[in-house]
Amino acid sequence: MTSIDTTSSNRTTMSSDISMLDPGHRAAGLTATNVACWFGTKKVLEGVNLDMAPGQVTALIGPSGCGKSTFLRTLNRMHELVPSATLAGEILIDGVDIYRGAIPVTDVRRRIGMVFQKPNPFPAMTVAENVLAGLKLSGLKTTRAERDDLIESCLSKAGLWNEVKNRLGDPGRALSGGQQQRLCIARSLAVSPQVLLMDEPCSALDPTSTRRIEQTISEISETVTVVIVTHNMQQAQRVSNRCAFFLAAENEPGRIIEEGPTKEIFSNPHDSRTNDYVNGRFG
Amino acid sequence: MSDRGPRNYVVSVVGQSAPSDIGTISDPDEVVQPVVRRSGVDRIFRSFATSSAVVTFILMGLIGGFLLIKGYDALKVAGWGFLTDSEWAPDQGGKFGIAAILPFTVQIAVVALFIAVPVALSTALFITEYAPRKLRRLLTAMIDLLAAVPSLIYGLWGLFFLQPRLITLSKWMADHLSWIPFFHVDDQYGTSLGIFPSSTFVSGVVVSLMVIPICTAVMREVFSQAPPGEREGAMALGGTRWGVVRDVVLPFGRGGIIGGSMLGLGRALGATIAVTLIISPAFTAKWSILDQGSNSIAALIALKFSESSTFGISALMAAGLALFIITLLVNAAASIVVSNSRSGSSTEI
Amino acid sequence: MTTTLNTTKNNSGEDKINTEERIKIRDIEIVDVIVMTGSAISALALSYFFFQILLPVSGALGFLVCWYVFFNIISTVAVWELRGTVKAKDHLARTFIWTGGMIAVVPLILVLGYVISKGYHSLRPQFFTQDQKFVGALSDATEGGGAHAIVGTLEQVGIASLISVPLGITTAVYLNEVKGRLTKPLRMIIDAMSAVPSIVAGLFIYAAWILALGNQQNGLAGSLALAVLFLPTVTRTSEVVLRLVPGGLREASLALGGTEWRTTSRVVLPTAKSGLVTAVILGVARVIGETAPLILTVGGAFVMNANPLSGKQDALPYFVFRLIRFPQEAQVQRAWTGALVLVVLVLVLFVIARAIGGRGPDNISRLKKRRLKRKGLA
Repeated sequence: MTSIDTTSSNRTTMSSDISMLDPGHRAAGLTATNVACWFGTKKVLEGVNLDMAPGQVTALIGPSGCGKSTFLRTLNRMHELVPSATLAGEILIDGVDIYRGAIPVTDVRRRIGMVFQKPNPFPAMTVAENVLAGLKLSGLKTTRAERDDLIESCLSKAGLWNEVKNRLGDPGRALSGGQQQRLCIARSLAVSPQVLLMDEPCSALDPTSTRRIEQTISEISETVTVVIVTHNMQQAQRVSNRCAFFLAAENEPGRIIEEGPTKEIFSNPHDSRTNDYVNGRFG
Repeated sequence: MSDRGPRNYVVSVVGQSAPSDIGTISDPDEVVQPVVRRSGVDRIFRSFATSSAVVTFILMGLIGGFLLIKGYDALKVAGWGFLTDSEWAPDQGGKFGIAAILPFTVQIAVVALFIAVPVALSTALFITEYAPRKLRRLLTAMIDLLAAVPSLIYGLWGLFFLQPRLITLSKWMADHLSWIPFFHVDDQYGTSLGIFPSSTFVSGVVVSLMVIPICTAVMREVFSQAPPGEREGAMALGGTRWGVVRDVVLPFGRGGIIGGSMLGLGRALGATIAVTLIISPAFTAKWSILDQGSNSIAALIALKFSESSTFGISALMAAGLALFIITLLVNAAASIVVSNSRSGSSTEI
Repeated sequence: MTTTLNTTKNNSGEDKINTEERIKIRDIEIVDVIVMTGSAISALALSYFFFQILLPVSGALGFLVCWYVFFNIISTVAVWELRGTVKAKDHLARTFIWTGGMIAVVPLILVLGYVISKGYHSLRPQFFTQDQKFVGALSDATEGGGAHAIVGTLEQVGIASLISVPLGITTAVYLNEVKGRLTKPLRMIIDAMSAVPSIVAGLFIYAAWILALGNQQNGLAGSLALAVLFLPTVTRTSEVVLRLVPGGLREASLALGGTEWRTTSRVVLPTAKSGLVTAVILGVARVIGETAPLILTVGGAFVMNANPLSGKQDALPYFVFRLIRFPQEAQVQRAWTGALVLVVLVLVLFVIARAIGGRGPDNISRLKKRRLKRKGLA
């Protein structure tokens, strides 16, 4: 249910000049308070409170179907794109509510980027065009020199530059699966997001690509807050500072059972269910 | 877990630019109405697309409405006779009705389907189950080409090439199979070959060529979506290829077979040129399809319009409206059958 | 199915399996081939016997049918004898399905071949440049031409496309991307309109545009009738093409901060471009051959009329339809020539459509590559 408010008086002026998005732009913190989600009348998530501190990597772990991805999608307002989807609660970026209109939704999504489970480079664009696609799509203007720099820096951060620097003119889908996913990461980074959401980005990839992507996560986490959903507990231990464990009982909405520093969650969990999960007693 | 104290929330009500309520949210389950403000460009885009849709909608509505209104003039005069009269003489002040023309139309369509459905079924099965990979693409292309050839060309071919050859066959059928009422030809004409051209049978055969590609396309689409899991299951039980087809593909594709056939029926009912070229118009309904004399609503319109006055045109419109409604119902039924079947959800017809 | 193991003899003369060489799996065995050929030959002999001596049927067609029936009976019995009931049913089904599959292609070849053979006799270059102005009742079929009909068709189809294609694609965008409130009724009405028989489309324009509004029979009327048929087709096929664009691409675009308009124009439409072009070209190929709507609207002519807005015009299919019913052999011959040109036109469009449609969205043309190089994006 989206309401369309055509007044422009409260509009935050979005600068279309990329110099505003300089590298000094800080990573932002996200705060979720009492978030609940429904698909139609079915409640799938309840009472989610989570603080995702700036410059940190927060991992959302738990068995399938507990609402981790649903929660992730509320963080960049992708949840509402499903026709019957609704939510309650509050989500703030650096203290500003993303749902109640202070920030235009397209800006919310630009500042809070997303990498999906299945790589989705744009087939009608070259590799280079793919990297810059976000700029074109959010209407940001750049000079030729800035563009070349951006292509190289984003692809380097994603660990892809050396492999594709001579293939910038190939169509986006000509790359291998792991390369495509790194291209998508580079694409997300090109718009200088403050937060990057990652929905099981490595689940469809080979170990080499997975390793490279995890390396990227640690490299960018100072300037970009990362929230990652993962099924792979070892991965959660490798990349994250904090973990939130989601669980849904039978016919119940998903909840966060426990959340805290990664080391603690894995070595000394407070809840017995967390203990069982991280020790592989159920999956 | 961090401790949260009560917070002050700003609740903005939809449509108002200033917050009307400042206070605590007492009900944590209060659903959020996400605010979406569309940019100017987006609004223009949406209204442009919407107006195109509206134009399309109106245009099409006009067509249906106009047919109805114009046809109604004639229907008023004819009354129920429209459905019971066989002759067609609106301009001479005589009666006019589709009581003969409609059965003829249906007969031609049935003959066409009789040939087209088995051919389409086996072709679709052949393409999806039996053909070697390279042959598959070629065959699909040829079926698509069959669909692209103008019906005029089929009509010409039917008239000049096929008809002379079908006459011998018609005679054979009339001589040997006359115990089937459709093939029974009145003896008063004797059994000379001259009575067999321009028949329902010949036009039905030609129309079948136009129907085959449509049926094949829908059936092929449906068969190719038969779940590979079930296929493999049947094979793992030791089934032959025919076994897989019979037990997995055909039951799965039942909706597509029926739906495709009905779509073909719709096409056959509306075939104009092929029928016009071949038939010699008749206005007395009959069972036999082999002897000359046939008709169809479409052919009637094509042949009569140039000699019709305004009222005659109105009568033709009534006939056209009848044809349109029948085709509409057939297509709608086909659509429903396909979408309600197992195979239907992702198939487009 | 047989599997052939590649074996070589080792030192002591025993068979040793070459584990590196790949196993060839064959679907058909020698026995099957023998059964098939044997059945074919004996069926032939049997048919000959029946045909010449017993049955009161004659003609090549009858003979073929006879031979086919016997072949089926004999081979099925043979397979039943060798392999049992299940395999026999499988064999019978396989034969019928192969037959059906092959049959569908035969008419295509027959039809095209016939048209070519009848039409090429009188095909001369002047067919494309002259009209029928100086052609009399006794003129030879090669005199004059069908240029007026060709021009008429091009103009009528052109105008119809100009009306239908932009409107249709935009409506498809509304249906699939904007998804507003009109969606359901709009879909219903588009489905309804695709059910309009072609003659009724012509009748509608005749009664509404020509009679009621007092316009003439001319090229424009013809193109309107064609548009009535073309618009629903373009809308539906475009919608199917748009639906094939994966939803993940739209999500990715929105997640980058893209607006709906930019998502549609920069991501969805470029990805769907080749599909849309194919759909349009195929639609044009179909509309070009439509005769029925033109019978009532375009009027027909024997001289060139390049103005679609005034005066009767001819069109290629209508040209053929009219001339084929003349008693003079020459006129009929001209009609065949026109039919040939029409068929070739449709074939050419068909081939172009398939060539374009075969390429996915990933193909970045050389032209585009040069443009991107200048921007440093390739």
